[in-house]
Amino acid sequence: MRKLLLLTLVVFVGLAFIARLYYLQVYDASSYNPLDDSAVRKVFTYPKRGYVYDRNGELLVANQPSYDVMVIPREVEPLDTLEFCSLLKITKEDFIKTYTKAKAYSPRLPYVFLSNLSKDDYAFLQEKMRKYDGFYIQKRSIRTYRKTIGANVLGDIGEVNQSIIDKDAYYGKGDLIGKQGIEKTYEKILRGVKGTKFIQKDRFNRDLGPFKDGKYDTIAKPGKDITITIDSKLQEYGELLMTNKRGGIIAIEPSSGEILAMISGPTYNPNLLVGRNRSKNFNKLYNDSLAQPLFDRGLQAMYPPGSPFKTLNALIGLQEGVVTPQDKFRCNLGFKYGNQRMGCHVHRSPADMNLGIYESCNAYFGNVYLKIMDKYQSRVEAMDKWSAHVRSFGLGDYLNNDLSVGQPGKIPTSQTYNRAYGEGKWYPTFTVSNAIGQGEVLTTPIQLANMAAAIGNRGYYYTPHIIKEIEDDTIPSKFTTPKYTTIDKKHFEPVVQGMFDVYNKGTAKMLKVPGIEICGKTGTAENFAIIDSVKTQLTDHSIFVAFAPKDNPKIAIAVFIENGYFGSRFAGKIASLMIEKYLRNEITRTDLENFVLRYSLEHEYKKPYSGEPFGINRETILDPISEEEFEELQRKKRRIERVND
Amino acid sequence: MIRENQRRFSFDWVIIIIYLLLIGFGYLNIMSASHEGEITNYLDMSESYGKQLVFMGLSVVLIVLILSVEAKFYERFASIIYVVAILSLLGLFVFGKDINGARSWYGIGSMTIQPSEFAKFATALAVAKYISDIQTNLKTIRDQLKAAALIFLPALLILLQNDAGSTLVYASFFFVFYREGLQQIYIIIGFSLLILAVLALKYGLTITGLLAALIIFGVYFLKRKRNNSIFKPILILIVSLIFASGVKLFYNNILKPHQQNRISLWLRLEKDPAKLERMKKAEAYNLIQSEEAISAGGFWGKGFMQGTRTTGKFVPEQDTDYIFSTVGEEWGFLGSSFVVILFVFLIIRIIYLAENQKSQFSRVYGYSVASIFFLHFTINIGMVMGLIPTVGIPLPFISYGGSGLWSFTILLFIFVKLDSNKINEW
Ligand SMILES: [Zn+2]
Repeated sequence: MRKLLLLTLVVFVGLAFIARLYYLQVYDASSYNPLDDSAVRKVFTYPKRGYVYDRNGELLVANQPSYDVMVIPREVEPLDTLEFCSLLKITKEDFIKTYTKAKAYSPRLPYVFLSNLSKDDYAFLQEKMRKYDGFYIQKRSIRTYRKTIGANVLGDIGEVNQSIIDKDAYYGKGDLIGKQGIEKTYEKILRGVKGTKFIQKDRFNRDLGPFKDGKYDTIAKPGKDITITIDSKLQEYGELLMTNKRGGIIAIEPSSGEILAMISGPTYNPNLLVGRNRSKNFNKLYNDSLAQPLFDRGLQAMYPPGSPFKTLNALIGLQEGVVTPQDKFRCNLGFKYGNQRMGCHVHRSPADMNLGIYESCNAYFGNVYLKIMDKYQSRVEAMDKWSAHVRSFGLGDYLNNDLSVGQPGKIPTSQTYNRAYGEGKWYPTFTVSNAIGQGEVLTTPIQLANMAAAIGNRGYYYTPHIIKEIEDDTIPSKFTTPKYTTIDKKHFEPVVQGMFDVYNKGTAKMLKVPGIEICGKTGTAENFAIIDSVKTQLTDHSIFVAFAPKDNPKIAIAVFIENGYFGSRFAGKIASLMIEKYLRNEITRTDLENFVLRYSLEHEYKKPYSGEPFGINRETILDPISEEEFEELQRKKRRIERVND
Repeated sequence: MIRENQRRFSFDWVIIIIYLLLIGFGYLNIMSASHEGEITNYLDMSESYGKQLVFMGLSVVLIVLILSVEAKFYERFASIIYVVAILSLLGLFVFGKDINGARSWYGIGSMTIQPSEFAKFATALAVAKYISDIQTNLKTIRDQLKAAALIFLPALLILLQNDAGSTLVYASFFFVFYREGLQQIYIIIGFSLLILAVLALKYGLTITGLLAALIIFGVYFLKRKRNNSIFKPILILIVSLIFASGVKLFYNNILKPHQQNRISLWLRLEKDPAKLERMKKAEAYNLIQSEEAISAGGFWGKGFMQGTRTTGKFVPEQDTDYIFSTVGEEWGFLGSSFVVILFVFLIIRIIYLAENQKSQFSRVYGYSVASIFFLHFTINIGMVMGLIPTVGIPLPFISYGGSGLWSFTILLFIFVKLDSNKINEW
């Protein structure tokens, strides 16, 4: 017994130790990963973000260095706060607030304490920062916009949200990510792949050198440059024309679906969303609920398209064989159907297709629409046939393209009416507004531009897109594959001729550009606002859809001007100017240009908020800007011309 | 010729091989734990690994000396060696050098020597000599007190020099006395007191008192013999309660705050999260880092010189008291278990050989050696893995340090010499 005590204890202790080792090293330990090793510091190397060029090779977006003051709270030693704050030009309250946030985020991870120092500040502070443990300056690359245009197109980058970090392991706190526009859509191509360097550190957090001779390190892959389809000259000119107006302009190259210009008014300087003031400026733009500069009207504004939609009904009528171009319909300031009436204006009667289009005769299209609906035994079948034709032009659904925002619009089907009136309890006369682009039809400007492109192409379109080239890569094939409409090519000529005659004899004859054969269609959209909980009608939106030249069109365009009244008043003028600018790079119709630049719609936009009764449409008057402001716009125009030549 | 051969090969090679394995493995881990950047000069005397290599070389010289001296020398000169050791401990009060608050070193040039390390084998020799004396009978109180005095004297001197860890090592002689005739009751009392102390600290006096009463009266009623007075268990209970209160009092009033915190961490007494957080940065820092390093080793270990925590010097004192965390990180479960098994084999081998000694002196000395290694092994590795409170003592043969290496070498090889001589004692 006496001999056994120590022996037993030795064996017992030995076994206890091995059990403890097993618990610590095998049972409780997971496989080794240098990313989780707190003795290894991870340093990311950020690659160059890809540049963005316009279709003519002009550099639109590049990078610039930015210097941030970073803090790692755990490593901060007591410091002279007052001196420190005066160095950084911040108040003591700012210091405490940011420092508290940094600590709450993580005591051991770097946190952006002060972002985007100026170059001078950086040079001055670089030396001084050494004195403050836990603070250091980090260089980052941020965007710089060479032209102050296309904020809605180009978008911006900003610090990634927590929700994305949780979902995508690539991103870490403080990383930059595309937030809007092409920066968002082409984020993965532009950003490249960040590299990781593993550095062995000691317990005082000092670097000892590369971890395992860099065995785990990865090299950053630079982002790829991209070329977008935008013509920056056209974009810039369009933005100038949009001054003092709200609305959208979309121009497309019909032969490729490339978006030449994508303007939303009001716009803003893209440099506002770069650097230190990004979130302040973003909130300001975001909270501007009246002008809504972040609302991309070219892509997101859904309205009844009005008259331009009539061209589709003409095409469907021809395709369905219910009408020929020669068939005439009587118009007596409108027409009666059932016991209702649809009004029209004074013009020659009866109208054939050509006259119907260029005079935009409601009676003509009401009759054609009813004929389409009557062709089939079943109303449901007729409605769905019609709907399918319309949808084949890219209307009524998302275009499924590479823009970061969009709207589907709306094209009714039999189900729409079954839901509204009850199964089968509706008649073609209920839906006849569809004939003239009202009723249940809603479209966005980009859909209308695409529709114009499809008509210009005589029956097909390419999905409108913004990407033209990707460095060492090809663009998605869905953008290079034509999509055919359900209308045969042979039916387009009469409709194209009708649109051409809109410029010759119709609603746009004042907008003719000598030497360019433009086909177009004016339109208006009624719209309403709720003022003091009363639905109040406002001045119509001015709409214009066009393509040019008539044969082998180079440009298709849709212009939409909020409360601009009739189609040729603003939208038509702008469309003609854009077409001339693009095809000829100079403006001969300076009278149109002066009109568009001179007249502001700002007073129109203030009306609903004035608290006073106001008139609309016919009762509105044109409001010229002051002579100085006009001169300023002229100077701006000349500057654009000079720079772009 | 034959006699010569027999003599040469009568050294116990199992012990010698384990010794060499431990020292060699220790050296590799000291290199890992102390190097900064690439090692260019293995004899760089400003680095631990350089010095350790020299210490190892000198150990070989010591071994040759120890083994070539006549075995009888150690028994004959035991008393004188003991006196010299005590004098050198006393001398520290006059000539000693303070390092980390403990006055345990002599400075000789740039070298330091720690006499408390050498006092261990001196005490072991003295204890062996005293117990093996024909006239000594450990069953008598008088001789028990004399033997205890032999141990308390160096232990007290070391405690006065503020080296609590080394003091604790002298408790190992308890096992020796028990082996040589100390009554079992002492063992029972010893363990009971240990349990009482832990209970008093962890659960407070009331619960400890109730538990003690339950056990004491339970035993009393179960084993009741004729004429057994009820006063005896009552007395035992009272003494237990006084002891428990004494422990409490000692913990609260005598221990220094850092010692209190170590025990508080071990028994998980602290509930205030803010204070716990502070302790994690202070007293518990070493332990947390050490456990993390061991865990990081996994089954296979990260490989020699590949431990990130070791390279980054996350564990303080990693080449000395916390050397086992280097083993854990770089050699994994495999290497750490190997070290544990080597120690268990070494100690068992010594006990086995000690039991087979013909002379009582050799047996007692051998038993002392085994007990001392056992205590170092248990306390050091137990502490590094968080099984017992933090006590600073080295892991024999593995931890860096000249005094330690030499004293353990002397301790072990005197026994190897005594063991080899048993043939001559017929
Ligand atoms: Zn009419």
